[in-house]
Amino acid sequence: MARLLLHRLGGLVTTLLLSSVVIFGSLYLAPGSPENVLFGNRTPSAAARAAVRHRLHLDQPLPVRYWDWLTGVLHGDLGTSMVTGQPVADRVGSGLGTTALLVLFASLLVVVLGLGLGLLGAVRPGRLDGAVSAVSAVSVSVPPFVAATVLISVFAVRLGWLPASGRGNGLDGLVLPAVALALLSCGFLAQVTRNAVGEQLGREHVQTALARGLPRAAVLRSHVLRNALPPIVTAIGLLVAGMFASTLVVESAFALPGIGQLTIQSVAQKDFPVVQAVALLLVAAFVICNALSDLVQALIDPRLRTAGRTA
Amino acid sequence: MNPLLDLSGVTVTVPSAEGPRRLLDGIDLSLAPGEALGLVGESGSGKSMTMRAVTRLLPRGAAVSGAVRYDGAEVLAMDAGALRRYRDHEVGLVFQDPRAHINPTRRIGAFLVEALVRNRGVGKREALARAAAVLAEVGIDDPQRRLRQYPHEVSGGMLQRVMIASVLLAEPRLILADEPTTALDVTIQREVVTILDRLRRERGMGMVFITHDLDLALAVCGRVAVMYAGRIVEVRTAAGLHERAAHPYTLGLLGSRPSIDARSARLEAVPGRPIAAYEAGAGCAFAPRCLFAMEACDRTAPPLRAFDDGLVRCSRVEEIHAARTEATA
Repeated sequence: MARLLLHRLGGLVTTLLLSSVVIFGSLYLAPGSPENVLFGNRTPSAAARAAVRHRLHLDQPLPVRYWDWLTGVLHGDLGTSMVTGQPVADRVGSGLGTTALLVLFASLLVVVLGLGLGLLGAVRPGRLDGAVSAVSAVSVSVPPFVAATVLISVFAVRLGWLPASGRGNGLDGLVLPAVALALLSCGFLAQVTRNAVGEQLGREHVQTALARGLPRAAVLRSHVLRNALPPIVTAIGLLVAGMFASTLVVESAFALPGIGQLTIQSVAQKDFPVVQAVALLLVAAFVICNALSDLVQALIDPRLRTAGRTA
Repeated sequence: MNPLLDLSGVTVTVPSAEGPRRLLDGIDLSLAPGEALGLVGESGSGKSMTMRAVTRLLPRGAAVSGAVRYDGAEVLAMDAGALRRYRDHEVGLVFQDPRAHINPTRRIGAFLVEALVRNRGVGKREALARAAAVLAEVGIDDPQRRLRQYPHEVSGGMLQRVMIASVLLAEPRLILADEPTTALDVTIQREVVTILDRLRRERGMGMVFITHDLDLALAVCGRVAVMYAGRIVEVRTAAGLHERAAHPYTLGLLGSRPSIDARSARLEAVPGRPIAAYEAGAGCAFAPRCLFAMEACDRTAPPLRAFDDGLVRCSRVEEIHAARTEATA
C-alpha cells in the first residue's frame, strides 16, 4: 500500500511538471504577444517596445524563462499579472475559494443524488428503475451551458427565487451554478451506479451471502455496494475533475468571481502568468482527483494493491 | 423416521422473453437425517434449480409450486425471518466455484465469521477462534495466516475447503453440495470429496450431493436420484444402481462412462442432446432420445413408480427389464 502511494505521488509530480512545460510552451508559441495587449491601439517606438519586453523578460529565450518561472513557482512566487500588476497569487487566491466551494457543492449534489438514484434503480427493478433510467438519460444530455441558461431563465428571471449572477448572500449565488454544474454528472453517476450495483447483485458471492441467511440490508452494504464501488469511485473522480473544467462555462454564465471566470478573462487579455497559474491549477485538480480515486479503489479491492509493482 | 427434507411435486417456472419456462417439473424427493443422496444428471437437467428451490434462492420472477418440507416445516411458506434462520442454522450450501462464490474483496477470516457475528451475535474474537479450529479440521495448515489472507492469495482447492469450513461453522443438519469439485483439479477433487464425506459422517449431517459424475455420486452417496429435463427419472440405492438400473436414460449414463477394466474402442454416447423441462412435450421427456420409445411414450408422461426396489419413470420398464434379462441369460 505504501509502495502504491509513493508510486502515485511520483506520477502526480511527473504529470504536473510535464503539463507545466506544455502550458508554458503553448502560451508563448501562440500568435500574439503580451506586450501588444499592454500597448493596445497605440504603436510604440521600437525602444519602448524593447524596454517593455525586457521588463516582462520576453527578450530571454524560452527555456530560461521557463526555468525562472518554475523556480519562482517552487518558491511560492507565481509571478505578477501583466495586466493589473497584482501578484498572480492574489488574483488566483481570491477566486479559488468561490470555485472550490462551487465544485464541492456540486460534487455533493452529484454523489448524493447520483448515487442515491442509481442505487434505487438497481435494487427496485420495474417501474422505479424505469423512471430512474429516464431521468438520468435526460440529465446526461443537458450540458452545463444549457442547464445554466434554463436555470437562470426559470429560477432567477421568472420565479426570482435565486440570484442570476454574482455570489449573492451566503450560498444563495452558488445554488444555481452548482445545479447547472452537477446535472449532467448526476445522471452519469446514476447510470454508472445502477449498472455497477446491478452487476454485483447478480454475482455468485452475493448469492452465497443470502444463502447464509444474512439480512438483505447487510448483504447490500457489505457485499453489493462495497464491491460495486470501484467503477463508481472512478466515475466520481473523473466527474469532479471535469467539473473543475466546466467552471469556465458556468462561472461565466452566472458571473461568479471564480477561477473559471479568471481563466477566460486572462486568456482574452493574454495575461500569461495568470493563465499559467490557473491552467496548472486545473491540471493539478485533475491529477489529484484521479490519484485519489485510484487510492480509494486500492483500499476497497485488495487485488489492485499490487498494481504499483507490476506496472 | 421422519424425513429431514421432503420435496413433493416441486415445479419451478421462470419468465423469459418467449413466455414462462418450466425448469422443474414435479420433483418428488426425500432425504432422511444423516443420509447422503446423489442428484445426478446432465447440465440443464434441473439439479441446481432443485437446490435453489430447497433454499428459495430462485431467479427473480420465478414461480414455485408444490411443497418443500424441512423437518416438517414448509419452506415455501416461511416469512423473511424464518427463512433467514432456516438458511443460517439448518442448511449449508457448498457451491461449485468458490472463487466466484466468495467475496474477493474481503479477507477469508471475515468471510468465515460473517454469519456467526451478524446472525448469532458471537463475538468477533470467539468467532475467529472457531473459524481457525474448523480450518484445521478441513486440513488447512497455519489457519491463523489463512484467516488474514484474501481469496485471490490461495489456491482453488484451498478456497473450496474454506467454503466447506464456512458451512461447517454454521453447524447445519443438511448440506447441499452443488458440483463441489467440478471446478477443481482432478487430484484436488478427491481430497475435497474425502474431507466433505468424513466431516458429514462425523457430524451426522444429511447431504444432497449434486454432480454430473455418476461414479462420484455412487462413491459418496447411499442413494442416487437421476434427473432428466427437470424430472426425476430413477431413484435407487448406490449399491443397487449398477445391477438394477432400469430407466433407459440411467442405462445410457452407465454405458457412457469410461472403464478402467474394459478397453473398449468407443464409449457409448446417449444419442441426441439433453433438453430442458420446457422443451419436453406432453409425453415422456426422454422419448425422443430413447432406443426403446414407442408411439405411446410421446403421448403420455409416465409417473415415477416403484420397480425392483427403486423408483423409475418409464412406461415400458417391465418390458425393457424382461428383454435385458433374456439377452444376458
